[in-house]
Amino acid sequence: MLRYIYAQDLHNYPKLQRSMFRDRAEQFSHRLGWAVSVDEHGEERDEYDALNPLYVIWERADGRHGGSMRLLPTTGPCMVNDHFLHLTGGVRIESPLIWECTRFCLAPETDPRTAAALMLGGGEIMRCFGVKHYAGVFDARMVRIYRMIGSSPEVIGAEGRGRDRISVGLWSFTAEARRAVARRAGLSPEVSKLWFDRAFGRAPQPCMARSA
Amino acid sequence: MKQRRTHILEELERAQGLESMQAAIEALRDDFAVTHMVYHWVNSAGEQYGCGTYSDEWRDRYIEMKYVRVDPVIIGCYQTFHPVDWKQLDWSGKATRAFQKEAMAHGVGNQGYSVPVRGPNGQFALFTVSHHGRDDDWATFTDANREDLILIAHAFNKKALEFEPDRRPDPTSPLSPREVDAMTLVAMGYSRAKVADSLNISEHTLRVYIESARHKLGALNTTHAVARALSRGLIVV
Repeated sequence: MLRYIYAQDLHNYPKLQRSMFRDRAEQFSHRLGWAVSVDEHGEERDEYDALNPLYVIWERADGRHGGSMRLLPTTGPCMVNDHFLHLTGGVRIESPLIWECTRFCLAPETDPRTAAALMLGGGEIMRCFGVKHYAGVFDARMVRIYRMIGSSPEVIGAEGRGRDRISVGLWSFTAEARRAVARRAGLSPEVSKLWFDRAFGRAPQPCMARSA
Repeated sequence: MKQRRTHILEELERAQGLESMQAAIEALRDDFAVTHMVYHWVNSAGEQYGCGTYSDEWRDRYIEMKYVRVDPVIIGCYQTFHPVDWKQLDWSGKATRAFQKEAMAHGVGNQGYSVPVRGPNGQFALFTVSHHGRDDDWATFTDANREDLILIAHAFNKKALEFEPDRRPDPTSPLSPREVDAMTLVAMGYSRAKVADSLNISEHTLRVYIESARHKLGALNTTHAVARALSRGLIVV
């Protein structure tokens, strides 16, 4: 199932939390060789995890992490503006209508539909919270995955070659893209909506009704 | 955004004192035709102030009773950054129910929508609209006005930060060269397709450059942003 959890509430899901930070160490430190810090428990965290980001997490049936991404407002400290200005033409991407999406991570041997499910979650947030774009940093390997699930970002700038290529990209989410991603994820909009409401509470009118 | 709202916020931006925030919020409340509109600031030391249309009695009572510790809107939105409908919050506790009953007796609406704003150094603010009405009407209202309310919330917070006694220099960065290029071409009346083509970027990227420039200029839409960039001499046409 899809979970939406602020960092301050992660402690309520110890198994999910532990396995997410371990899977991040596996992906970013071991597989991609990024210079990230891994603690003595084998968990990867950076300073942005301390800013109470909102995580979108795919939870497997056994309660472990299957994949995740991390969201932060661009009006505060965030990776794109703090570290990647040289890739955005020097533009600080800063607006309450644009959030940053980073640390897109997939657990080893997770369900192949996980990436699409996470994108679907990202789309729910856009639609219900008035977010128009996500800005994010990603590596070469993800380009293919994003294309496969039908949610390719617009690349603003990139550096490096081959596998080491790092890009800053932008996502928007049209109704068509949303349908494509939902199909890829093999999830119905109703189920997705249910998970969203479980995390954030039920608003008077299901926001789903608009786009039917 | 409607012209009237843009005008009110332009006046707010020019204003020098806290009382101007009060005038702006009353004008916006009338324009949105809702019962109440409130901007409420809490800093890392727990100090609070704000402006809004709640009655003086309710405001004094709220402070006296330290309701900031009971109010589910504050508790639910503290440290978060997504807008919430009050129906999404937990009103089930005994103290919370008593608080809600008292709030409504003081004229607070049965409906509410709050936008949290995360400021610098642990500063936190909430911008709220509250109304008396039916669930479905309220949902229609919030759906139609979500974006305006988010932008207005940030406009108020920006103004409030100006009044912080020991605030650091304005963190708002000037426009980057790419943003200046984009805004200049937009100001010259070229279509977005043409501007994107001239700058050798996609229209998608152009939209984001314009959006970030809009935010930095404290403008509410592109037209307003262009006017502001011109008047400040940031772009020359």
